[in-house]
Amino acid sequence: MSDQFYVRTEMLEEQPAPLGQTGILKWSRENLFSSIPNSIMTIVSVVVVAFLLWEFIPWAWQDSWNASSRRECLDSTEITGACWGVITERFNQLMFGFYPHELQWRVLLCFVLLIAAIAPVLFDKLPREMLWFSAIYPFFGYWLLWGGSLWGPIVVIAGFVLGYLVMRLLSQTLGGLAAMILAVLTPLIWWLFFAGAAADILHGIMPVGIEAVKSSKFGGLSLSLIIGIAGIAISFPLGIVLALGRQSDMFIVKTLSVGYIEFIRGVPLITLLFVASVLLNYFMPKGTNFDIILRVVIMVTLFSAAYMAEVIRGGLAALPTGQYEAADALGLDYWQSMQLIIMPQALKISIPGIVGTFIGLFKDTTLVSIIGLLDPIGLTTAIRGDSAWNGIVWELYIFIALMFWVFTFSMSRYSMYLENKLKTTH
Amino acid sequence: MAMADQTASGSFRLSMLIYDTRYRSMTIQIIVLMLFMLGAAWLVDNMLTNLAALGKPLGFRFLSDAAGYDINQRLIEYNSQDTHLRAAVVGLLNTLLVAFLGCVIATVLGVVIGVMRLSKNWIVARLMTVYIETFRNVPVLLWIVFSMAIFIEVLPQPNAFRGDAATASMLFDAFAFTNRGFYLPGPIFGDGSMAVVVVFLLSIVGIYFFGKWAKARQEATGEILPTFWIKLGILILPAVIVHFVMGQPITLEYPELKGFNFQGGIYMRNSLIALLVALSLYTAAFIAEAVRAGIMAISHGQTEAASALGLRPKRTMSLVVLPQAMRVIIPPLISQYLNLTKNSSLAIAVGYMDITGTLGGITLNQTGREMECIMLLMLCYLIISLSISMVMNIYNNSVKLKER
Repeated sequence: MSDQFYVRTEMLEEQPAPLGQTGILKWSRENLFSSIPNSIMTIVSVVVVAFLLWEFIPWAWQDSWNASSRRECLDSTEITGACWGVITERFNQLMFGFYPHELQWRVLLCFVLLIAAIAPVLFDKLPREMLWFSAIYPFFGYWLLWGGSLWGPIVVIAGFVLGYLVMRLLSQTLGGLAAMILAVLTPLIWWLFFAGAAADILHGIMPVGIEAVKSSKFGGLSLSLIIGIAGIAISFPLGIVLALGRQSDMFIVKTLSVGYIEFIRGVPLITLLFVASVLLNYFMPKGTNFDIILRVVIMVTLFSAAYMAEVIRGGLAALPTGQYEAADALGLDYWQSMQLIIMPQALKISIPGIVGTFIGLFKDTTLVSIIGLLDPIGLTTAIRGDSAWNGIVWELYIFIALMFWVFTFSMSRYSMYLENKLKTTH
Repeated sequence: MAMADQTASGSFRLSMLIYDTRYRSMTIQIIVLMLFMLGAAWLVDNMLTNLAALGKPLGFRFLSDAAGYDINQRLIEYNSQDTHLRAAVVGLLNTLLVAFLGCVIATVLGVVIGVMRLSKNWIVARLMTVYIETFRNVPVLLWIVFSMAIFIEVLPQPNAFRGDAATASMLFDAFAFTNRGFYLPGPIFGDGSMAVVVVFLLSIVGIYFFGKWAKARQEATGEILPTFWIKLGILILPAVIVHFVMGQPITLEYPELKGFNFQGGIYMRNSLIALLVALSLYTAAFIAEAVRAGIMAISHGQTEAASALGLRPKRTMSLVVLPQAMRVIIPPLISQYLNLTKNSSLAIAVGYMDITGTLGGITLNQTGREMECIMLLMLCYLIISLSISMVMNIYNNSVKLKER
């Protein structure tokens, strides 16, 4: 009986998994053909993608980068699709608008220095002394772009220095508050009444300056970047102030903030740009006439600050009350608790929203083409107005779309990276 | 209490306004209010002086003058002899038209795309990601001019439909897509069509009551009726039967090529369609992201619980996941509707006559009343935005989780 038993004493040799259960076959069965509707969707998607690529690639894959006019593309037997020559020929214009060719290094330098200026803000490992450069950068950048006398930006900076000195000298003798009021008033008086004259006199004594460039010469991607970056930089602190105002216990401050935010969020940006282009001068004393790009930057900033405020308010509201109470319990006053406890956390929570607002602002800079500024979309009309490129459409739009896409997509990826880096929970 | 008052009044010094927390907030508020009023007064004063100096003091009488320009897209009667006010109303209705249609299309597209992006099908999910990233990251103005360019450059001229050697042909002999716009068959209401319309409206009411009855029945007996098909039947059948009984009073008018252009049927201007296409595709990408975030916010336990109860995946989605996800989706959805409405003001780039094109465009240029026109324009948008957010907030509150 006993030899009727059969007990296997060694392991069976491992068999490879069935063909359908490994590698690409398994993957595609699970991910592409898991059910009949799924298979249909897969096939339809593949057909659609194939059709689009089938149409697009032969059209786009043309050796037409050197064509000098649209006629040349149409007449050529080799070129049967896109006429990329327009990008080659007008690349400079799409980047710099009508900014004088020999001065374009200034724009480039301005953007390169921008990196140096924001680096110490973004990375706290860098030496703190670099912040001094960040502080002067706005004035220096303005001077580089618009040119003119160096004394203009210097007298503006002098106003800030004046305010600081007043604060330092008088806070001992007059007390904190009086010194603070004077420190705000003195620079204002300086800028309004003396700065212009001082700049003229100094320029008369020692003319230091570079060639001035008019605002009407600005254009292309650099214009979008200038408006976008200036708007971003100013709207961020403004947004924080508005968000704090909206969360404030003080009724009047709160009402004003809410009214402002809801008003701005209720109207389209284009109406605000109309205000910038035709109305803003009406609100100033007679004879004031300030620059169109400056006006646009002001309105874009005011617009985006309201959205920023809402995003930051979301962050403030998301913080547990315990954080506010803990800050109070430590005996911090309002500004200290905001600066040390609340804001660092609230801003961290609202990073995705903040970057989203930045992206929105950058995309919205294209709207300035409607009020006649020559941003890339505004330039397409100008380029088509040239008889050599009359009727060219797709190449320009595709190029512009790609430009914006690269900027906004990398911004959104950076925000995801930042979010992950700052995440403290597990 | 009395004592506290005494000490406060007895030893009150001016500096307490700043250093005493009891008074400080009041002081700050009064200073802020004064600064605000001073600033506002300064701006308004400047404005009035400047306007007076230009010889056009603030006033809205120009609105009752004859407009003198034509509007090619209109929902109500309008001719160039009508007033500027009526032109503005025509524009306002056009804005509302494009905003409403855009919101509907964008919602449908956005929900479908958002759900498909979460699909297990690898290629579909990837395609939807590409769609979303492409549309979200390119300015909407570019999409608008782009889609307008497609309609102008790619679609055939009405002329191409002519003759035997026509290079273009109508779809089912009923739809013509030309570079001037789309021509669709339009209904013509003959004698007795009133009855059909009334029956149709009654069946809508019927559907509502049927839905209530079916729900009550389900709660009582647990039986589930195929409500969708029954509702569809109630919607269509009675109206169709009455239509044939009355001797087919409603007929379709087909567009025909007459002269240089198509005549008859419904004509949709290509500026409207281009705007609609661009706005809804753009907004759909954002809505899709909101939908995706909403669905992902529902914890996996909910799906598992549903399948433990024996619900099929489709029912899990419609009965368990989506109702909960709606609470997360609605707030961003509201802001997307608002964005779409505000972005519709870019109609001016393709020449669609919305309120920005009439009141803020031609009326402004003809009368030279920038201040009044732009203020009215802003007011209109403000009212639209506030009403949308009010309506949606009411809805939001009705679906909000009632915590006890």
